[in-house]
Amino acid sequence: MSLATLLVLADGRLPSGGHAHSGGLEPQVSAGRVRELDSVAEFLRGKLATTGLVAAAFAAAACARPGNGAEFDQGIDVRTPSPALRKASRAQGRALLRAARAMWTLPSAGREPHQPVALGIVASAAGLGALEAAVAAAHGTVSGAASAAVRLLGLDPYAVHGLLARLAPDCDRIAAAAAKTAGAPVDDLPAAGAPLLDIGAELHATWEVRLFAS
Amino acid sequence: MPAEPHAAPHTHEPDEVPHTHPDPGVDPHAPLAAGARALRVGIGGPVGSGKTALVAALCRALGDELRLAVVTNDIYTTEDADFLLRNGVLPADRIRAVETGCCPHTAIRDDISANLDAVEDLEAALGPLDLVLVESGGDNLTATFSKGLIDRQIFVVDVAGGDKVPRKGGPGVTAADLLVINKIDLAPLVSADLTVMDRDARARRGELPTVFLSLVQDRAASPVADWIRGLVAARVPAA
Amino acid sequence: MRARSRVVAESDGHGGTRLTELRSESPLLLRRTGARTVHLVGGGAGPLRGDDLRLEIEVGPGATLEIRSVAAQLALPGRAHLPPSRLEIHATVAGGASLRWLPEPLIAAAGCDHLTVTRVEVAEGGSLLWRDDLVCGRHDEDSGTVRTDTTIRYAGSTLYRHELSAGPAAPGWSGPAVLGEGRAIGTVVAVPASLLPPATSGPADFAIMPLAGPGALATAVAADLRPVRAALDPICDRQPATAGGRP
Repeated sequence: MSLATLLVLADGRLPSGGHAHSGGLEPQVSAGRVRELDSVAEFLRGKLATTGLVAAAFAAAACARPGNGAEFDQGIDVRTPSPALRKASRAQGRALLRAARAMWTLPSAGREPHQPVALGIVASAAGLGALEAAVAAAHGTVSGAASAAVRLLGLDPYAVHGLLARLAPDCDRIAAAAAKTAGAPVDDLPAAGAPLLDIGAELHATWEVRLFAS
Repeated sequence: MPAEPHAAPHTHEPDEVPHTHPDPGVDPHAPLAAGARALRVGIGGPVGSGKTALVAALCRALGDELRLAVVTNDIYTTEDADFLLRNGVLPADRIRAVETGCCPHTAIRDDISANLDAVEDLEAALGPLDLVLVESGGDNLTATFSKGLIDRQIFVVDVAGGDKVPRKGGPGVTAADLLVINKIDLAPLVSADLTVMDRDARARRGELPTVFLSLVQDRAASPVADWIRGLVAARVPAA
Repeated sequence: MRARSRVVAESDGHGGTRLTELRSESPLLLRRTGARTVHLVGGGAGPLRGDDLRLEIEVGPGATLEIRSVAAQLALPGRAHLPPSRLEIHATVAGGASLRWLPEPLIAAAGCDHLTVTRVEVAEGGSLLWRDDLVCGRHDEDSGTVRTDTTIRYAGSTLYRHELSAGPAAPGWSGPAVLGEGRAIGTVVAVPASLLPPATSGPADFAIMPLAGPGALATAVAADLRPVRAALDPICDRQPATAGGRP
């Protein structure tokens, strides 16, 4: 395992489509639930414990068993009731594969797998292990939305990165829990849901004017 | 309107390096390979310089002779696509809007994945195309397209932005494959000196062509449409 | 307290449904209340920490069953050293059969520690309306720890897999990604999707979403139960079950 390889994969500047997604933040900003740093922190904490855990678990499982991508892909489908979120996840999975194909030799992974599945398969191809895949997924869950918070709310970027630093131990914990289930049957993988993310994503998809794809 | 800015080759004032005027009909690059995919032309430029109006004019001018489609990157997602639809220049299935997450330059330069997906989806849905126009969101003078996304790029500035814009340079003005100085009908109203703009553009751009445009006077954007026709015609069959 | 209750509904061969088994242990008391309706009547306080309850529901080919309850379930603390209270519901719905699960809400009182596990298996051609309402804390009370873990399968494949955690043990649960200021949430899973109105969202925190498989989910979140009921009751009462609900 190469730590530098993990940094390359988890780098926010990796051209894998993430910049156009707010991780569900834009609809909650519009609903008035997220206005300042504290509510961003609560948003990130809840997202990490729910969809972040699911993403980390599926990234870890797909990294451990990259040949079972289709099964994991279906596992995320049944955990993602919002069609808008399924679409956003698949778009980001496709974009990640596009970037990763230029970086490592990838096995066939389908055209548009869910992002965590793509991440696990890419991590495996990069020689990383399930825990590293899970860390990258957990970190990506919060860092993308945090970056969107800076852009949408004009927050102090230092303060937002302070938040991310304080969430890092939580990301590690989530990733460790996720890595433990890497060998479990798909139905037994975590399925923690976040109802407001689902509802917000559906509403967001109907807006005529929006800044982020999701 | 000034005299034809791209007339026959001639020399400049003594304080400048004499050079041949670039002819927009002559592409200084090697011809593009006509592969399985469409020619991709990026159209960038500052907010309000007339990118969307130019795209609409090009669709009107080229829509009957080329199989074309458009990807827009407006910060407001569907705004530009809606403009094209309302103006009836292209059917809805030939237009894709890409959301850019408040970062229009990122979507065309640093992380081009959403745009590549849109271009590929259009080609997959519509069959072979000759030309895909990728319109950037309005940004600033530093925003340019990645070569991973487009084959050639057009940078649009307008006279109302000030006649100093070409002198200021920036990657769009200096390196775009075609510089369009737009809204020249407004020049007298905003006291813009087209001769100055022409001279500065030439000094900045060397061999690369510049055209002056007024969509009020030329609804078909003829010099730009001709430049694109030239690119399409010059594509050589893939090996 | 430990309880094992079971209801089996079968077609009577003449378009009706008969209950071939109705076994109840307190507090999961089942009573037949209509031609196709059974109520859970074990009202009052509970489950408490340490409780281990299991309800089995079986709807045979061509049969129709609706299960309601007369009162909310109130999850309470119980003795601190005991394990979390646990309610497991296992349901199977055969082809051409229909099950409507429309109970009163689960209320997670302050200090409770409760887990509801739901496993539903719908055979191809079966129909299901599965509603769960949850209220986090009684009036002006903090929420207890509550977790729901739901798997609904259709024709041999998982269709819907969802866990929800609220209360002190769930990080960020009252933040703007999960429930926000909402203390009540209701969900309805429908198979086939046509049992719910077309996909929609808003105006409140309410959406009807087509699942990736042949079903749909309606979710409503609100400060209290009233708006949740206002959003979900009409879609649950929209059409009574008919045997072998067709898409």
